[in-house]
Amino acid sequence: MIHFDNISKRYPGGHDALSQVSLRLEKGQMAFLTGHSGAGKSTLLKLIAMIERPTRGQIFLDGVNLNNISNRKIPYIRRNIGIIFQNHHLLYDRPVFDNVAMPLIIQGYRRQEIHKRVRAALNQVGLLSKEKADPITLSGGEQQRVGIARAIVHKPLLLLADEPTGNLDPELSREIMELFARFNQVGTTVLIASHDLELIKQMGSPMISLHGGRVAHNGLPFTLNKQELK
Amino acid sequence: MRNSPKRTSQLRAYFSHHLRVSLASLGRLYAQPIATLMTAAVIAIALALPVGLYIGLANIGQVSTGWDGSTQISLFLHTQVTEAEAKKLQSKLEKHKDIKKVELIDKEKGLQQFKEISGFGDALKYLDSNPLPIVLVVHPRILSNQPDRTTKLVKDLGKNKLVEIAQLDVQWVKRLYTFIEIANRSIWVISSMLAIAVLLVVGNTIRLDIQNRREEIEVSKLIGASDSFIRRPFLYTGFWYGIIGGLLAWVITLLSLSMMQNPIHKLALLYHSDFRLTGLGMANTLLLILISCALGLIGSWIAVSRHLKDIEPS
Repeated sequence: MIHFDNISKRYPGGHDALSQVSLRLEKGQMAFLTGHSGAGKSTLLKLIAMIERPTRGQIFLDGVNLNNISNRKIPYIRRNIGIIFQNHHLLYDRPVFDNVAMPLIIQGYRRQEIHKRVRAALNQVGLLSKEKADPITLSGGEQQRVGIARAIVHKPLLLLADEPTGNLDPELSREIMELFARFNQVGTTVLIASHDLELIKQMGSPMISLHGGRVAHNGLPFTLNKQELK
Repeated sequence: MRNSPKRTSQLRAYFSHHLRVSLASLGRLYAQPIATLMTAAVIAIALALPVGLYIGLANIGQVSTGWDGSTQISLFLHTQVTEAEAKKLQSKLEKHKDIKKVELIDKEKGLQQFKEISGFGDALKYLDSNPLPIVLVVHPRILSNQPDRTTKLVKDLGKNKLVEIAQLDVQWVKRLYTFIEIANRSIWVISSMLAIAVLLVVGNTIRLDIQNRREEIEVSKLIGASDSFIRRPFLYTGFWYGIIGGLLAWVITLLSLSMMQNPIHKLALLYHSDFRLTGLGMANTLLLILISCALGLIGSWIAVSRHLKDIEPS
């Protein structure tokens, strides 16, 4: 699904965010991306979402070389990705329903279809009763779940999450992570950037650890594996 | 694309999307009536100004049509010339190849006309004798677009020993037309400058709108909105500003005209004319709104293409 081939990213000013990163995430896989702040987690996600372009190397997304995608075509690449942010990026001038419906409106879905899918997405994150609420009236965890509903409403092939539990207490964080695991179980590829090592260990998914812009570890978290967790 | 819906429903969704976006843009303007009205009023005044000038000139042009064909030369004869001599000259001139018709205004008739037009009728009663000369009004066969031949005819007629003054009455009409021509040109200059002002006003308003909706634009870009999708609501906003501004300009013009109508009609009556101001008319009103609409669209297009690029998710 995602294939990084010897990727380097240097920002203007000379800061090397990523150096010669090669990695692979198979279709239907779920993985965590960890590392200290400044290790390159966000940059890696931005490269996949085409918010940034690599300085060197090639990225393949579902077999498509992103270097060959012109700026005009970027929106169509992004429509296959669902992105979840630490600070939700919800729009507070419209109710929950309209926030979640945005990706569908952008892609020109019909009204009935939009209603069906938005309600299904809200149901999956357990917020069906809040569809008419203003996002500002929701708790942090609920807002994050609205953000997740918006990211999955158009059934993307790939789900990217940048510190999705950054502002949440352990209980809520775990709920959110289990939500991601559920989407993964129905076939969505999931990549989550997080520094919450404890939680990552509990989830038992492979972990890519970045250090100073290089891959320091790629595999199951430390020596643990799923069997040992049980 | 794995998730794209079927083509026909996509097309229908596209149109209903356009309808919804345009109404949403209108709704946003309606939600801030004062700000909207202020912007629209600036546009309206900038448009009403050249429109008012245009109407004024069109009316002057209308008043003066017909004068063009009535090019005539007045021959004021010496006062001692008798009526018999004048009649002889009249029939002689009527044979001239450049002259269509010669009218004779004798002293009595001249006095009559003078009384009617000047308003000094009562004063004239106190005169012992009629001081007016006999006048021959010469209607040339010449078209008004041949000024040289007319000028030559006037010169020739002036040389006749019975004639004291030969006066071409068309001169001032020509001056008026030249003046109207200049005014017409200046309307174009003023209109283009004000059109640029409208573009700037709309452009600046849309720029602020874009800044206010920065968050929404960023999120939209992140979830795969194309540039045209993001551009659309702003273009519709510009379009609505244009329509509202155009309609307001029309209302301003109507009000100004109705305020001028009465005094102008009174003035016209003093000149024995039944002249009334003519308004914009249906076609020109539509044109005004169309132009206003186009300016709104172009203004917002400029703002959008300049500022949307700056907003990229980070």
